[in-house]
Amino acid sequence: MKKRALFALGGFIASTTAALAGGMIDDPLLSFVKVDQFELRDAEGGNSFVWDAQGWVGYDLKKLWIKTEGERVGGETEEAEVQFLYSRSFARYWDVQAGWRRDIRPEPNRDWAVLGVQGLAPYFFEVDAALFVGTDGRTAARLEAEYEFLITQRLILTPDIEFNLYGKDDPLTGVGSGLSDMELGLRLRYEIRREFAPYVGVNWIRKFGGTADFARVVGASTNDVQWVAGLRAWF
Amino acid sequence: MTTKIFSADGQALSLPRRRFVQGLAAGGLLTGLGISPLSSRAESGVGPQPQVLRGRSFDLTIGSQQVNFTGHPRPATTINDSIPGPILRWREGERVSLRVTNNLAHDSSIHWHGMILPTHMDGVPGISFDGIRPGETFTYEFDVNQNGTYWYHSHSGFQEQTGMYGAIIIDPKQSDPVSYDRDYVVVLSDWSDEDPSRIYAKLKKMSDYYNFNERTGMDLLRDIRDKGVSRTFSERKMWNTMRMSDRDLSDVTGYTYTYLMNGQTPAGGWAGLFKRGEKIRLRFVNGSAMTFFDVRIPELKMTVVAADGQNIEPVTVDEFRIGVAETYDVVVEPKDDRAYTIFAQTIDRTGHARGTLTPDMSLTAPVPEYDPAPILGHGEMGMGMGMAGMDHGMHSGGKSKPMAMDHSMHGGSGSGIVHVATEYGPHVDMRAENPQLHLDDPGIGLRNNGRRVLSYADLRNLYPTPDVREPGREIKLHLTGNMSRYMWSINGVKFADADPIQLKFGERVRFSFVNDTMMNHPMHLHGMWSDLETGDNKRIPRKHVVIVQPGSKISYLVTADAKGGWAFHCHLLYHMLGMFRKVVVS
Repeated sequence: MKKRALFALGGFIASTTAALAGGMIDDPLLSFVKVDQFELRDAEGGNSFVWDAQGWVGYDLKKLWIKTEGERVGGETEEAEVQFLYSRSFARYWDVQAGWRRDIRPEPNRDWAVLGVQGLAPYFFEVDAALFVGTDGRTAARLEAEYEFLITQRLILTPDIEFNLYGKDDPLTGVGSGLSDMELGLRLRYEIRREFAPYVGVNWIRKFGGTADFARVVGASTNDVQWVAGLRAWF
Repeated sequence: MTTKIFSADGQALSLPRRRFVQGLAAGGLLTGLGISPLSSRAESGVGPQPQVLRGRSFDLTIGSQQVNFTGHPRPATTINDSIPGPILRWREGERVSLRVTNNLAHDSSIHWHGMILPTHMDGVPGISFDGIRPGETFTYEFDVNQNGTYWYHSHSGFQEQTGMYGAIIIDPKQSDPVSYDRDYVVVLSDWSDEDPSRIYAKLKKMSDYYNFNERTGMDLLRDIRDKGVSRTFSERKMWNTMRMSDRDLSDVTGYTYTYLMNGQTPAGGWAGLFKRGEKIRLRFVNGSAMTFFDVRIPELKMTVVAADGQNIEPVTVDEFRIGVAETYDVVVEPKDDRAYTIFAQTIDRTGHARGTLTPDMSLTAPVPEYDPAPILGHGEMGMGMGMAGMDHGMHSGGKSKPMAMDHSMHGGSGSGIVHVATEYGPHVDMRAENPQLHLDDPGIGLRNNGRRVLSYADLRNLYPTPDVREPGREIKLHLTGNMSRYMWSINGVKFADADPIQLKFGERVRFSFVNDTMMNHPMHLHGMWSDLETGDNKRIPRKHVVIVQPGSKISYLVTADAKGGWAFHCHLLYHMLGMFRKVVVS
């Protein structure tokens, strides 16, 4: 699924470049892929590999977005999610996004309708907030915020935070209602080029309420501090 | 040191030296030129000089070839196999004919910048003609009814960025009011190894891609130490709530650009010879795609005698800013047998173009340090603070009424500035609330720098204003954009969505500008003069490009004496696609 999406994006890039060579298009079709996290995590239960990427194809004010994130542990994909969104700018620094989210892992799959906003809040906080409505009356919400603190022009410290909330229990996927989990990260990257930055950092994951209970049942941790090392890249 | 390298035979050089020589020789084309600049300099004892074509009939060929300005061969677009293209030297009162052959795989065009000529000779595809197709020859033919320093460049795609520009000198029919013993053209430009469409795409994806002068944690610590936490916080509040950078001077910087003087990189630099006591006329042309230069010749006064090709009352300065597509003629009189550096630092201080005036090719002069990188102030935000001292963040804490800048900058309270409905939306990030005239302001980074710097208020036409009529009406133009989305427009409407500006033949009309962005925009009207309103209407300077400073206002008068369709746009190459209008005179 992810591979196919990336192939599609590659095709768009090729066609965009060709279109640009000819003449003067003020708002050309462009594409963008950004891998925010592509990292190894040194967790309690062994190492895991985590990805968090997004990309778009589109114009200044209208874009098609793809977002994906997931985690692999011991050769098994434990979590994987992909979103397909239509994005439209509505304010200087804000886009409204609507579309479809599929949780591929853990199984069974869950599908959600998405409505969110993404943009830059005052004081340069990058914010992504979304509401999800699933089948069988399931609801969820997610809030992510990130700040870039420049130590030097290329050495950048990025605190980020993510909250997930769910409207009701989903025992099959290990989700409890209410505030489900929080992730607080601090990553220090060095931009060798703008597009290419290795990083190290620390990540704190905390599960709450019913979600924490489900985790305890399967012997998973509910409060985990992990060292991370990875690569941030875009093109 | 320079002599050594020029006289050395290239083969014998060690690897690091050879690399240096690559930089020096840069400007030379790998193919198409039988003689490299290196050997030509060694043989003739004179630096590589652009070719000069004179007469009434010219053949120009647009081609694609490899150049090497940085140590890496890259494709460029050239005119008659050189960058810049040949200097065209015309005579006022003559009719010139220029056969331009396009050997590119794409359409091309040449626009004669600043020339008053019939619309179908102006060279703008889609407005004046259809462009020149691959393999075809287009013949431009027009009467030359003006004199001075002008230039020419492609008006197709991003070809100008890849090398398609050159200078025009028109000698006057009558005796020249400027006396000089010799003259040199000094074409300033910006070269990138990157494909311009990639630069444009990068700016759209990450508008601060090329800015490596952002505010850092180190600056924060220093500010807190010097000013305390609360003052640091309040001074930054406006920028933080606006989500804008006070370090955003240039969209494209020395990170990717190599700045050229007559096609020479700073490593080698262009050189012009003089004899002591001579009066030398330097004809500066800014042929850059995106770069403003601050030009000075340390220890030489420059007497500015013409702006945009038109004679002005001579004014003697230490330094001047030349916006993209402007030209300035200056006269210098070196009194000593020594070399002088022509130093053109970029507005953002990320690079420079360099040349040498010297009585002897073996001499060079020191290259000055860059001035500190300017920092944008409330004036650049259109908040109408006093100009003096803004550069270095001397705004007085909480007194500056930042609430007007908050999330909604509606309405123009008090200043009489009205922002039209199309200026509101995701495509516009700022609207100047209280824009001021900055005529006697040389611009950000040049204020109170201890040198006498030219400003627009210094420009007084050598001749009386020919059309003294009051303007019959005013056309209000707000320069708008969203920096982070990298969208540019006029009155919030981009070219693709805009109706032409209609002028009545013969009318006198005022173009008044408000800059609702934090960038300088060099606005260029084709086909007719822009009579810049500097206060003295009897001696109005006639320009073809007028810099509209960030957050400020300015106006010029236009006599609509040229029928047809004309281009009117910001001359920053990556702004002009949106910040563009067709003007129709009928």
